[in-house]
Parts: sequence; C-alpha cells; structure tokens
Amino acid sequence: MSESAVKSAASAEPREPWFGKKEKALLSDPLYIDNPITVQVLGVCSALAVTTMVKPALIMGISVALVTGFSNLVVSLLRNGIPKQIRMIVQLVVIAALVTVVEQFLKAFSYDVWKQLSVFIGLIITNCIVMGRLEAFAMANKPWKSFLDGIGNGLGYGWILVAVAAIREFFGRGALMGFKIIGPSSDFLINTQSSPLLSWYQPNGLMVLPAAAMFLIATIIWIQRSRTQKLIDIS
Amino acid sequence: MDLLNIFLKSAFIENMVLSYFLGMCSFLAVSKSVKTAIGLGAAVIFVLAITVPMNWLISELVLGPKGIFKMDLTFLRFILFIASIAAMVQLVEMAVEKFSPSLYNALGIFLPLITVNCAILGAALFMVAREYNFSESVVYGVGSGFGWFLAIVLMAAIREKLRYSHVPAPLRGLGIAFVITAFLGIAFMSLMGINPANYFAK
Repeated sequence: MSESAVKSAASAEPREPWFGKKEKALLSDPLYIDNPITVQVLGVCSALAVTTMVKPALIMGISVALVTGFSNLVVSLLRNGIPKQIRMIVQLVVIAALVTVVEQFLKAFSYDVWKQLSVFIGLIITNCIVMGRLEAFAMANKPWKSFLDGIGNGLGYGWILVAVAAIREFFGRGALMGFKIIGPSSDFLINTQSSPLLSWYQPNGLMVLPAAAMFLIATIIWIQRSRTQKLIDIS
Repeated sequence: MDLLNIFLKSAFIENMVLSYFLGMCSFLAVSKSVKTAIGLGAAVIFVLAITVPMNWLISELVLGPKGIFKMDLTFLRFILFIASIAAMVQLVEMAVEKFSPSLYNALGIFLPLITVNCAILGAALFMVAREYNFSESVVYGVGSGFGWFLAIVLMAAIREKLRYSHVPAPLRGLGIAFVITAFLGIAFMSLMGINPANYFAK
C-alpha cells in the first residue's frame, strides 16, 4: 500500500517541460519588469559609451546577448566544479574567451563593423551584465535555464541601448543608422543647406555627451515606474 | 610636485566617475547609504592602489619588449590585466567576508563586480596610455581610487538627504540618482583642462 503510494507520488511528479512557463518568464522578464539597466543597474557604463549612434548599439546589444547566454551556459555547466576561492578568475576566463570568439567572428565575416567596433567589443569583458548574471544566476541554476536567462538579459539590455541610441543620434546628429534625416546637409537627394524649410534644425551638442544618456535612461526609468507601480522605490 | 599634480588631477579634475563616467553600475547601485558607500569606496581605493602598480609591473616586465620574453606581447594586455584584477578582488572579497560580514551582505553582488568595474581596468589602461613610471602609477592608482571614493560618498550623502524631499514617486531612488549624476558630470566638465601645476609656486 505504502509502496504503491510512493510509486504513484514519484510518477505523478511532473517532468519539467522543456520550454514551459518558467523558461518563458526567464526570457521575457528581463525585457521589462526585471530589466538589467533600469531595474538591476547592470551595464550602465557601456550604455553611456556606445549609444551615440544606433549601429554600434545594435551590434553591441546582439554581441552582449550572445556572450551572456553562452557564458551563463558554460559557467552553469562548470558550476559544481569551481572552487569558491578562484571563481572570479574562472568566470573571467570564460567571458574573455567568448568575447575573443565574437571578435574574431566579426573580424572574419564583417570587417567594416569590426574595425568600427573593436574597442567596444573588448569592453564586453568588463560589462557588468555578463559577470553579474554569472554571479546571480548561473552559479546556482541548471544550464538550459541559465542560457535563457543570459539571452533574455542581453536582449533587455539591447533594446534600452537601441532606444537611447536612436534618440541621441536623431537629436545629436540629425541622423538614424548613419543616414542624415534632419538638419543642414548636402548628403540628401536634395541639398538642404540653402532651404530654410529643411535646414532649420541645429544638431544638439548636449546629446553627444554621456550626460544626455543618463538623462534619457532616467526618463525611461520614470516612464517604466509610473506604468508599473510595484517597481517604485519606497525606501 | 609632479606626483602631487598627478594626485590632484586624478582625484578631482579627471575624476573617474564624474568626468569619465566609468564605474557607473556600482556607483549608482551602492550609493543608497553613506556607510556602505564608504565600505565600497575603501575597497575600490585598495584594489586600485594595488592593481595599477601591479599592472605597471606586468606591462613593463612581462608584456613589454624589454620584459622577460624579449618580445612585444601587448595583445595579451586585456587578459593579463583582468586576471590580475580578478585575483586581487577575490582577495578583497575574502577579507571583507571574514572581517565585516555586515558590509559583505550590504554590498552583495557588487563586491565581486569590482572586478568588472570599468574604473579599475580604465585606470590600468590610462596608466599605460599616459606612460607613467612606477611611482607615478602608484600615485595615480591611489588618486583615482580616492576620487572614486569621494564621488560615491558624495552621491550617497545627497541621496540620504533626498529621502526627505518631494521627488515624484516613480523617479525616486534610481531615477533621481541618474539625473543627479548627469548634472554632477556636466558640472565637472567645467574643470576639464585645469592643470594644477600652473598654480604651484615656481
């Protein structure tokens, strides 16, 4: 009797679904409710440095998502074998190796982008998101979940980056993705330098400074927290 | 006089946080109370004061053409710098955990994240770029750490006071911290280009 009860309890225990509700939440929470930049305060330095233009921000976002995902995966696989006393060095070796792979990949397949971004790609090593998620999640969770968490956080970071970069590039340079949109310029199909109707906009120098990115992120935080009351800081 | 000049410049005029916007994550996240801010600031001073001279030795004795391998190994700079910083931070973490568990709990994840604090690696790379000698690199490490310490304590003090002011609820905490940092950064821009050496008596 008791034996069969134990048996049925064991068989009734549901097998964890491969991509269930929890896994979906891991991927979607960092996009909004648990965003790395606006809620966890990770990866702010690079968000200030690479958001002057959209294209580097986009590539940075994708590269960080890949590096975070795969470093979470690798460290999660290794997590039971890493002694606590040397875990930071192990984590950084994993991150540095992955960043090197991304850099070499870009160099091989998209040389122009690599040339434009080589410094920023190196900066992924010191991006707090990667190591922050390793410390907070991958050291304590299974590989597949860690991988999803890494990808989710990378994408959550990426969309903030692209949003800030779009505003900064548009108002700071009058351009988007490198194409001139407003302001006096001879890059258009028509030369707008002489037309007062099209050349009235003067690019705003403040937008190119890192301080502008801080104002913009503060605005995003403001909007997000007034929409989602539970994020409001009561302390 | 030259060393004093480097100290003043690295601590105030070229402040890591407020002029270069480096080391922002922990600056914003840990500046909620002055007490924890002092703890993290002291840890950063210690790490910078040790790692900048240590990385000077690495780049001169190991990576440089005059080093032990007699060849230019500067492409290994990132990895070696980061590894030495990680080792140092690991030591600091063990010390803090042993001697001040309350600070260890208050800092949480941001203690190991000193490793990837851009200010630490940034200082090491600035030190290489500006071609400091050994004593200058010691002073530069201490000075930029001290500047970081002052900045985070200042920020924590402002945020403690702000608790009594009427900030719009959604902006409270992190949001207003971003805005204040941006204003402080703009204020520090006006210091750019000042050379303290000009004000010393000749």
